[in-house]
Amino acid sequence: MSLERFISDAISPWMKREGPESDIVLSSRVRLARNIHQYVFPIAADKESAHEVISAISTCMVEDNEEAEKLEMLMMEELKPVQKRVLVEKHLISPNLAEQAKYGAVLMNADESVSIMVNEEDHIRIQCLAPGFQLEEVLHRANEIDDSIEKNVDYAFDEKRGYLTSCPTNVGTGLRASVMMHLPALVLSKKMSRIIPAINQLGLAVRGIYGEGTEAQGNIFQISNQMTLGKSEEDIMEDLAGVVMQVIQQERAARKQLQDGLKLQLEDKLFRSLGTLENCRIIQSKEAAKCLSDVRLGIDLEILPGISKTILNELMILTQPGFLQQYAGEVLTPEERDIRRATLIRERIKLENR
Amino acid sequence: MNCEECHEREASLHFTKIINGEKTEFHICEHCAKEKGEFLPGSNSFSIHQLLSGLLHGDGHVPNTPSSNFIPPSLTCEKCGMSYYQFAKIGRFGCENCYKAFDSKLNPIFKRVHGGNTLHAGKIPLRAGSSIQEKKQLQQLKQALQQYILNEEFEKAAETRDVIREIEHRLQQGRDT
Ligand SMILES: [Zn+2]
Ligand SMILES: [Zn+2]
Repeated sequence: MSLERFISDAISPWMKREGPESDIVLSSRVRLARNIHQYVFPIAADKESAHEVISAISTCMVEDNEEAEKLEMLMMEELKPVQKRVLVEKHLISPNLAEQAKYGAVLMNADESVSIMVNEEDHIRIQCLAPGFQLEEVLHRANEIDDSIEKNVDYAFDEKRGYLTSCPTNVGTGLRASVMMHLPALVLSKKMSRIIPAINQLGLAVRGIYGEGTEAQGNIFQISNQMTLGKSEEDIMEDLAGVVMQVIQQERAARKQLQDGLKLQLEDKLFRSLGTLENCRIIQSKEAAKCLSDVRLGIDLEILPGISKTILNELMILTQPGFLQQYAGEVLTPEERDIRRATLIRERIKLENR
Repeated sequence: MNCEECHEREASLHFTKIINGEKTEFHICEHCAKEKGEFLPGSNSFSIHQLLSGLLHGDGHVPNTPSSNFIPPSLTCEKCGMSYYQFAKIGRFGCENCYKAFDSKLNPIFKRVHGGNTLHAGKIPLRAGSSIQEKKQLQQLKQALQQYILNEEFEKAAETRDVIREIEHRLQQGRDT
């Protein structure tokens, strides 16, 4: 497969559009957790009840649904491990659905901006994604899908507690909204270590790119709400959006400071990182992520002209183990991956220079 | 900030544990989190549930047998068979009925997890929620009525009072049939 073709298969179509504030906000995501009335939650479900849940959802979302876009359904048990891994790396399913769920499934639309996980921790997890800072839009979209599912099934809902979820951390609205941000200047100027606790104190979580438990690779941070009970969806979104706006402003100010005060040092750093990516023969994911972050900053500050903006988003995903192995068409050891990663990055950058 | 376990790597996980009412900040790197085994089996992610389980137990003490602790045996969900002890251990409900079965124990947990909140204030499902929505609307109308009276906007107050009566009448009828 040609590299161009592979990239276009690997990158979800929604990622190719440019969104608001896209110099700093890579993507916005909303997830709604829902369960169907009368059925025990996936953790306690047997095969029969799990399959009934799948068929209830597929009936209303695949067959019945005229309003929502066409969704395609994939059963986890029919996928190979590397295929599931690729879905995780594209953020379309959770590691939990890929590795743990016994009777899991996922429904996706064509541009992959909507994915609905079935039988993950909850019966239904509606996820909507959009490029840049578009929290309101993704919530609106998720709500529409939620309403259209609800036309056909009764949700587990309680007047006092709201939407009843498997984990007490999701009860109430079942809403998890998150924004993926590229914050190289705040990290470089060592301000991030003060900002993270401040954000935590506001009841929001800050994590690395692949969610819970991952490091902030390539200066990419995910900010999301923690609380789901006692606040309306709109209030939750407003609080999160307010904090995100402030972080955007701080990052912009930090970028300006770097450019004004340390222009030559900054240029040196960014050009060196580009040089590394253009010339490496072996590269570990951590170094690749760091260099890619530098190159993306260089693009945003117009220090490195002639490279497309989507390169960071693309290569962050393409250089993950699942994609490297899919590209290679074989299972790779970590050492082999480091070599493949270097090759892939060099080839990708060559595409830019043509 | 450095990891509190290895003092070497950057701490990427930040938590607040509340032990015997005392708040402790807790910063750790991903590597050490894995080492500590605070980890879902088979999953790549640090488990919020393990952490939650710590919160549910308060002092971190896990009783050895369900019978040896203060939780009455009646705290078991009839529908899915999950006991409160199991729930506290895995940090997840087995079914919607667990919320009813463990109701007496949930407020403190929700307060800790959701910044002091225990009651839902968000979306209501359209289909199941028509009477809930009416009750909510009623509450809002009653507040508005108070405001109109305070502002001496008596015409609006009278209109609002009529709407309230109408809804109350409808809800009453719904209950009788
Ligand atoms: Zn550590
Ligand atoms: Zn139950």
